[in-house]
Amino acid sequence: MLKIKNLKASVEGKMILNGINLEVKPGEVHAIMGPNGSGKSTLASVLAGREDYQIEGGEVEYIGKDLLDLSPEERAREGVFLAFQYPVEIPGVSTTNFLKAALNQVREHHGKPALDAVSFLKLMKEKMALVEIDQALLSRSLNEGFSGGEKKRNEIFQMAMLEPKLAILDETDSGLDIDALRIVANGVNKLKTRDNATILITHYQRLLDYIVPDFVHVLHKGRIIKSGDKSLALQLEEKGYDWIKEEADTVSA
Amino acid sequence: MSKDNQILEELTKSDYKYGFHSDIETESAPKGLNEDIVRFISAKKEEPEWMLEWRLSAYRHWLTLKEPTWQNVTFPEINYQDIIFYAAPKQKISPKSLDEVDPELRATFEKLGISFDEQKRLTGVAVDAVLDSVSVATTFKSKLGELGIIFCSFSEAVREHPELVKKYIGSVVPVNDNYFSALNSAVFSDGSFCYIPKGVRCPMELSTYFRINAMNTGQFERTLIVAEEGSYVSYLEGCTAPMRDENQLHAAVVEIFAAKDAEVKYSTVQNWYPGSKEGKGGIYNFVTKRGLCSGDGSKISWTQVETGSAVTWKYPSCILKGDNSIGEFYSVAVTNNYQQADTGTKMIHIGKNTRSRIVSKGISAGKSQNSYRGQVKVMKRAEGARNYSQCDSLLLGDKCGAHTFPYIDVENPLAIVEHEATTSKIGEDQIFYCNQRGIATEDAVALIVNGFAKEVMNQLPMEFAVEAQKLLAISLEGSVG
Repeated sequence: MLKIKNLKASVEGKMILNGINLEVKPGEVHAIMGPNGSGKSTLASVLAGREDYQIEGGEVEYIGKDLLDLSPEERAREGVFLAFQYPVEIPGVSTTNFLKAALNQVREHHGKPALDAVSFLKLMKEKMALVEIDQALLSRSLNEGFSGGEKKRNEIFQMAMLEPKLAILDETDSGLDIDALRIVANGVNKLKTRDNATILITHYQRLLDYIVPDFVHVLHKGRIIKSGDKSLALQLEEKGYDWIKEEADTVSA
Repeated sequence: MSKDNQILEELTKSDYKYGFHSDIETESAPKGLNEDIVRFISAKKEEPEWMLEWRLSAYRHWLTLKEPTWQNVTFPEINYQDIIFYAAPKQKISPKSLDEVDPELRATFEKLGISFDEQKRLTGVAVDAVLDSVSVATTFKSKLGELGIIFCSFSEAVREHPELVKKYIGSVVPVNDNYFSALNSAVFSDGSFCYIPKGVRCPMELSTYFRINAMNTGQFERTLIVAEEGSYVSYLEGCTAPMRDENQLHAAVVEIFAAKDAEVKYSTVQNWYPGSKEGKGGIYNFVTKRGLCSGDGSKISWTQVETGSAVTWKYPSCILKGDNSIGEFYSVAVTNNYQQADTGTKMIHIGKNTRSRIVSKGISAGKSQNSYRGQVKVMKRAEGARNYSQCDSLLLGDKCGAHTFPYIDVENPLAIVEHEATTSKIGEDQIFYCNQRGIATEDAVALIVNGFAKEVMNQLPMEFAVEAQKLLAISLEGSVG
């Protein structure tokens, strides 16, 4: 589904990604971990198509297409979803109206007619149950005055509505208390199918107790320096990142 | 929710939607302005002597005035001797029913989406349609007549209800009020007159469509609304104009009189031709709108959505004379390309415990300039007066300007006046967030802008809200990216 080959990217002249290689297949969950400043969020942003980042090399193939050649909205319509670390506020626009616009543009892209209000509402109710979100929240201005937990839950709700092929969750666990974390993780697990894939970007292994990854990758200085299964995350939890960093630095030196 | 979809559909089109010219013969006055032209207009309208005298006194006063220059807009000098001040569609006999209306004229209305038959049947909106300067058709009149409501063209009111016109014309906006109101008073061609008798609640939204149609013709409309004690009326005004290269002057006057406990809600969607993307042509819209809350407990509410005109200069105002009277002003002003707008309101608190509320949303894009100018004045005897003003500006891009000029003048120590102002830009973060969900940039802008303006849009009657949302989106096409 996703093949990243030697991807390099910079922001304001500073290299952040120094050659990422990663392959994600349908049905897989990949966790990308790493210390602050290792390039985790940059990778998420580059995959989603944020303009602030300059691609310096490499290629990204997504469902047989050149991902880097697509505009952000085309990527989204082709099923790439980014759950934002810091979801932005859009005053005066309710989540409902926002999602209606989004969903119908995605549908139009796939040659499907727009959903009528009744079907849309039905779909919404169904997905609301998944993330235990209150309808009142969806009528409020998008993310405006939402608590940290509400924002993250709203992101997962949007993901449920848009049913992406590739979901990238950028530190969705940060700022969540244990109950909210469980609800969010449950939502993500329920949305998992054999045809979609998830990339979890996280700092802590805590989230991985709830969403069990097939692969864990450690990012350091813009490179994946170690990959393994979920036991790698546990090792990190126990020993921190320093031992891997040292290992990697020794090898590259 | 389907409104959003309509916006999306509209967004794929980009030219000025209402830019066409219909071929109806017009009967025009010669170019220029002098006493003879004033007499010509008055004679054309078969007006009584007192009306002519009123016009002439306004004209003579106008001669002593200078065009104002304090507003934050620039435009080439207007040559008043190069303007045709009167043009009427040729139509000898006034129609008794819609079937008698000139088919070409009706086709024009249909292009604008004003199908009389449909309006009559479905919406319950009485439409007094103005094409150029003469009202051509009035509907629902008989139904309104049963309640004693008068809703007709201004000329008809002068003929049929001279005592009312004489009593109220100029009572809110005096002849000598300002340069453009004096000009309008001298040469106004037609407009609407609305009278709601004591205790009557008008059962339908009253609506007038204005449209400039003849080449190089100034449009000088005059509207007078009188709401007697305890009455209520909601009045809608909307307009679209065909594409033109030359600048056209539009100087309307709207007067609202509200007696004790009367309430008038006046809503406008203004979409005059804004000029080309390069800033060529477009309407000059210099309007004087004012309401007088004359009686205790009366209320006047202005709601406007301004998307058109090359230059807009207008301040719908309320004079809160009666005790406990209320004035409201809700405004969305959009400027794009080379448009300039200097708009706002005046709230003059005279009576005790008078209240006013101002919500202004300015949206600037392209190389446009958008100014809010508002005055809140609390007179000495206005004990307990309260005002709340909120002025928000939204910028798209970095070549446009937003300006706020609040004037607050309080003479009573017990009054409470609040003013809040914000300026924001549509953030790249917001656009990217929308993009990431599959929403194209232009649609994202429409979504964000409509969200920004929601508080005002909510004040509009339903059928106008839909049109206004579409207008916002259309007006801002091509402003980002």
